[in-house]
Amino acid sequence: MDLVIEARDLVKTYKMGEFDVQALRGVSFNIERGEILSIMGPSGSGKSTMMNTLGCLDRPTSGEYILDGESVGEMTDDQLASVRNRKVGFVFQSFNLLSRLTALGNVELPLRYAGMTEGRRERAQAALEAVGLKDRMTHRPYELSGGQQQRVAVARALVNNPAIVMADEPTGNLDSKVGKEIMNLLLNLNKDRGTTLIIVTHDPLIAEQTQRVIRLRDGELDPNYDKGGKKL
Amino acid sequence: MSFAQALLEALESLNGNKMRSGLTVLGIVIGVAAVIAMLAVGNGAQASITGSISSIGTNLLFVFRGAQDSAGGGPGGGGPPGRSNSSNTRPLTMADAAAIGDPFAAPHVAAVAPIIQGNATLTYGGEKTSAQISGVTAEYKSVRNIEVSEGDFINAEQALGRMSVVALGPGAADTLFGRHDGVVGETIRIEGQPFRVIGVLVSKGGGSMGSEDNAAYIPFTTAQARLIKRGSLDQVDVIFAQATTAETVKQASDEIANILRQRHRTPIGQDDFTVFSQEDFLKTFQTITGVLTIFLGGIAGISLLVGGIGIMNIMLVSVTERTREIGLRKALGARKKDILLQFLTESSLLSLIGGIIGIIFGWLIAFTVGKVATAMGTNFTPIVGTDAIILSTSFSAAIGLFFGIYPASRAASLEPVEALRYE
Repeated sequence: MDLVIEARDLVKTYKMGEFDVQALRGVSFNIERGEILSIMGPSGSGKSTMMNTLGCLDRPTSGEYILDGESVGEMTDDQLASVRNRKVGFVFQSFNLLSRLTALGNVELPLRYAGMTEGRRERAQAALEAVGLKDRMTHRPYELSGGQQQRVAVARALVNNPAIVMADEPTGNLDSKVGKEIMNLLLNLNKDRGTTLIIVTHDPLIAEQTQRVIRLRDGELDPNYDKGGKKL
Repeated sequence: MSFAQALLEALESLNGNKMRSGLTVLGIVIGVAAVIAMLAVGNGAQASITGSISSIGTNLLFVFRGAQDSAGGGPGGGGPPGRSNSSNTRPLTMADAAAIGDPFAAPHVAAVAPIIQGNATLTYGGEKTSAQISGVTAEYKSVRNIEVSEGDFINAEQALGRMSVVALGPGAADTLFGRHDGVVGETIRIEGQPFRVIGVLVSKGGGSMGSEDNAAYIPFTTAQARLIKRGSLDQVDVIFAQATTAETVKQASDEIANILRQRHRTPIGQDDFTVFSQEDFLKTFQTITGVLTIFLGGIAGISLLVGGIGIMNIMLVSVTERTREIGLRKALGARKKDILLQFLTESSLLSLIGGIIGIIFGWLIAFTVGKVATAMGTNFTPIVGTDAIILSTSFSAAIGLFFGIYPASRAASLEPVEALRYE
C-alpha cells in the first residue's frame, strides 16, 4: 500500500479566551496515493480544521501527520510553506485568484514561490490547457466566468504536480451545471494523472462521486459510519 | 522569488492603486523637494557671502578697539568705535597705525590704512541722502582694492592739505545725481560743507560689510578736523592692514598684536584691541550660514518624516486590505521573507519614486528662487549639491524601508489560516 497521508491521533486545540476548544479530538486515518475522498460533517465538526491540518496550513496540537513521507508536526513556518508549495494544491470555494494578475500569472504564482525561473510560463500554459482554458490565458479573473475562474484555480493547484489536491467546497459558489463540470474536471484529472484528491464538502451529491467519505462529528470520526464511509 | 520579480509585482500593485500611490508619493516628493531646495538656498547663501568676503582681499587685516569677546561677530560695517566701553581700553590712534606700518617692527605688514567713520547727510541741489562717510588716507585705495569708474580716489596731497574733496560710492552718486558718471567736478555738501567730487567708485555690490556703495570717502585730516569729532584728535576707528601675502596673514596679525600690546601696555591676555582677518570673518559667517542651513534642512526634514509616516500609514491599510491575498500567497508556498520582500519593495519603491520626483522638483524650486533673486538684483545662486541629492535619495529610501518594516513584518507574520478566513 502506497500511503500519501498518515494521520495518527490528530488533536487540535484552539484557545478561545479562557477556554480551550478541541476542534479535533484524536482522529486517525490513512489515505492512499491516487485516492479520491471527501471529508463531510456538519458545521462545527472540525471539517475546516481537518482541511487546514491536512493542507499544512496549520500544525496539529498533538498527534502525528505524515504527508508524502514527511512528518509535518515539528516543522517551522517556512518548512511548512515549502511543503505546501511542493506537495499541496488548494482549490477554494471563492476561487481566491489575484485580480491584478492574468490567468497565466495566477497559475505561475506557485512556480514563482518554488524559485523556478525557466520554463515557468510553458508549465503554466500546459496546466491551463489541461483544464481547457487555452484561449483564456491572458484574461484577468474579472473577465472570466465563475466556472472559468475555478478552472484557473484548479490549474494553479496542479501546476506543481502536488501529492494531494485539497478542494474546499469547490462547487459551492457555482450553479449546479457548472459545478458538475468542475467536479468532472477534478475526477478526470485524478483519472489521467493519478492525483490524490481530497474534497471537503457538505453536499452529499459531491460526496457520492468519491470513492471514500470521511465523516467527522464533534472532532472525531463519526462512529455511525465505517472506514469506507458506509452507514453502519 | 527573485528581486526583479518582486520589483515588477510591486510596480503592478502600485499601479493598481494609482490615486493612493500618487498621494503617498506626494508626501515624499514635498519632503525631498523641501530638503533639496532648503539646502540649495542655504549653500547658495553661504557661497554668496563667502564670495563677497573673499572679494575684500585675502590678506586684509582689521584692527578694532576693544577685546575680542566684546567685539562680537565683527565690525558690522564699521560702526562707531568704542564697542568695548570699559574705561581701561585705549582707543586706536594714528600713532598706532604708524607703528604698525613700521617695516622693521612689522615686516609682514605691507600697508596700513587707518580710518574714521561716521554718518552724515549729503546734499546736492534738492537731493538729500544719508551716507556713511569715511575719513581715509591715500593708502586706503590699495589696501581695500578700491577701483574708480571715473576720476580719482583721495591722494596723499589731498590728505595732507586737508582738502574738501570727496570720492563717492556709486549708490550715493546715483541718489544725489540720478547717475554715477560725469559727476566729477560737481560740488556736493556734506553736513552743509561744500566738497568737490573727485571720483566715483566701482560698485562692490551689497556685501556682508553693509552696502559699501552708499558711501563717501574724504581725506582723513578733513574728516578729523571738520566732520567726525573724536575724543582725541589722533583717534582712529579702524586700522586696515595689508599683509605682504595671503600666507603671512598670521605673522602679520601677531606682529600687529605685539606692537599694540607694547604701545597700550596691556597685560597679556587682556588686549584692548582685536585683530581680525578675512579668514576669521569667513569662519564666523560660515558658522552662521552653516547653522542656518542645518536649521532649514531640519525643518524640511520634518516634512520628509511626515511623508514617511504617510507611507507607513498607507502600507498598513494595504496590508489589512490584502490580508486574504497574503493568506493565499502563503497557502501557495510563500515564505515569510517572500511576503516581507513584497511589501518592503512596495514601500521603498514609493519613497524612491517620491525621492526622484522630489529632487527634480526641489531643483526647480531652487532654480526659481535663484531667478527671482537675480531679478531683484541680489547676486545669489542656490547650489544643488550632489551631497544634497545623495543625502535625500538615500534618506527617502531609508524612510521607505524603515516605515515599511512594521507593516511588512505584520503581513509576513500573518497566520495563513487566519488570513484566508479574513473577510
